[in-house]
Amino acid sequence: MRREIPLAITFITSLIIIVSFFIPHAPFGTMQEVSLKWYAIIAGFTMLLGVDSLIHMHYQKIKRKKSDWAHSLVLIVGFAVFVIAGTISGFRYGSAMDINSSFMYLYNYVIIPLQSTMFALLSFFIASAAYRAFRARNLDATLLLITAVIVMIGRVPIGYQIWHNFPAVAEWIMAIPQMAAKRGILIGISLGMIAVSLRIMLGIERSYLS
Amino acid sequence: MNIFERIEKIDRRIIFLLVAIAVLLPLIFKVRMEIPISEPVKKAFVSVDTLSSGTYILISVDYDPASMPELQPMYKTLLMQCFEKGLKPVMIVQWPLGLPLSIKAMSEMAVEYNRMARAEGKDTVVYGVDYCNIGYRPGGVAQIVGIGKEIRDYFESDYKGTPLDSLPMMNNIHNYDNFALLFALEAGSMGDFYVQYANARFGIKIIFGMTAVSAPDAYPYLQSGQIIGLLGGLQGAAEYETLMKKPGFATMGMTAQSWVHVLIVLFILLGNIGYFINRKKRRS
Repeated sequence: MRREIPLAITFITSLIIIVSFFIPHAPFGTMQEVSLKWYAIIAGFTMLLGVDSLIHMHYQKIKRKKSDWAHSLVLIVGFAVFVIAGTISGFRYGSAMDINSSFMYLYNYVIIPLQSTMFALLSFFIASAAYRAFRARNLDATLLLITAVIVMIGRVPIGYQIWHNFPAVAEWIMAIPQMAAKRGILIGISLGMIAVSLRIMLGIERSYLS
Repeated sequence: MNIFERIEKIDRRIIFLLVAIAVLLPLIFKVRMEIPISEPVKKAFVSVDTLSSGTYILISVDYDPASMPELQPMYKTLLMQCFEKGLKPVMIVQWPLGLPLSIKAMSEMAVEYNRMARAEGKDTVVYGVDYCNIGYRPGGVAQIVGIGKEIRDYFESDYKGTPLDSLPMMNNIHNYDNFALLFALEAGSMGDFYVQYANARFGIKIIFGMTAVSAPDAYPYLQSGQIIGLLGGLQGAAEYETLMKKPGFATMGMTAQSWVHVLIVLFILLGNIGYFINRKKRRS
C-alpha cells in the first residue's frame, strides 16, 4: 500500500488536471482550482523545508569542522542577519520591502553587488573561452564561427556602423535558421516530456517515490 | 616561441585586461552610438503605445540582480511609458529575489515621473490608484493558471500587505480578461508557462523582455504569434529607450558591449590565424 496509494493519487490528480484543461467546467474546473491552490501552499512549505535543510547541512559542517567550514559560517551569519533585518523592518515599516527599510538597504548593498559581480565575471571567461575554443577546424566549426561572428557584430550598434545591413542579417539568422532549429528542439523536448509524464501517470516511472 | 605561436596562446590575463578596458572606457566617457531598431522591439513598443489611457497592463518581473543590467532598463522604460500614456501597470513577481528590484524601480520611476509631471503641470501618479505591485507568491505555474480565474485566490494583498480590495485601481480587476496585455520580463523559464497557459488558455496578449541568452528561445513564439513583441538583452532595452526618446543606461551600455564584441571577434580571428599558420608549419 505504501507504493499503491501515492501511485493512485498521482494518476487521479494528473487525470483531473488534463481533463480540466479541455473541460474547464464543474466539477473538473472546481477540482482543478482546489488542486492548484494546494500546489501553491505546498510550494510555500517546500521553501521552509529548503531553509531547514540548508541550515542543518551547514550547521553540521561547522560542528564537525569539515573543509571550508568557514564558508558555512558566513552563510549562517548572513542568513541570520537577513532574517533579523527583515523582521525588524517588518515591525518598523509594516513591510520588509519598504524602500527605506534595513532589509532593502542590505539587499541594495550586499545582494545586488554580489550577484551582479558573479554574473559580470562571465564576460571575461566568455571572451577567453571564445578565443581558445572557436577554431575553424572543420566545416561545421567554420559555419558556427561565421554565424557567431555575424550575430555578435550584427546585434550591437557598431555592426550597424560597419555595414547598415548587419543587423538585418543577424535578425534573419535569429528568425529563420536559429528559430527552425530551436523549434525542432522544442518539439523533441515536448514529445519527451509527454512520454515521461505518461510514464509517471501510469506508474511505469516510479523513481520519484524513492 | 615565434609570433604566431604567441598569437595562438595569448595569456588570458591580457584578454581579461583588454575586456575590462573595452567595458570601462565607453562607460566612463559616456560614449553613445546610434541604435538601430529591430522589428520585434518595434512591435512591442507600438503594442503598448497604442493602448488607450486607463488600460491595465500586467508586468511580470521574473529576474534577480544577476540579470538586472539587461532587464531593469526595460522595466524602467516600460514603466515610464505606462505613466506617460496614462496606462495602469500592475506588477507581479515570480522570482523571490526579483521583488525588491521591482519595488525599487517602481518607486524610482514614480518619483521621476511625478517630478516631470509637476514641472509640466500634468497629473501625478499615485500608488494604488495609477499603479501597484502585488508582489511575490510561491506557486509558479499553478498561480499562472489560477490567475486566469481570480487573481485574489493567490494575491489577497499587495507587497506591503494592503488588501487588494483596498487599492482603488484593483476594484474590478479579477483575471487576465481585465488586462490588455502581459509584459513578461524573463530571465528563466517562466515565460514558457505564460505562453502555455496565460496565452494558450486565456488568450492574453504577451510581450517578452528577455536576457540575451534566453531571447533565442522566444523566436518560435514570436513567429507563431503567441507573443506579439520581443526585447532581447541590453540591445532590446536600448532599442526601447531609443523608441521612447529617453536614452539611458542600456543605450550607454551598448557602446561598451559593442567594443567587447569587436574585441572578442578580433581575438577569435587572431586565434585562428595563429592556429592555421602553426598547423601549416607543423605539417611541413
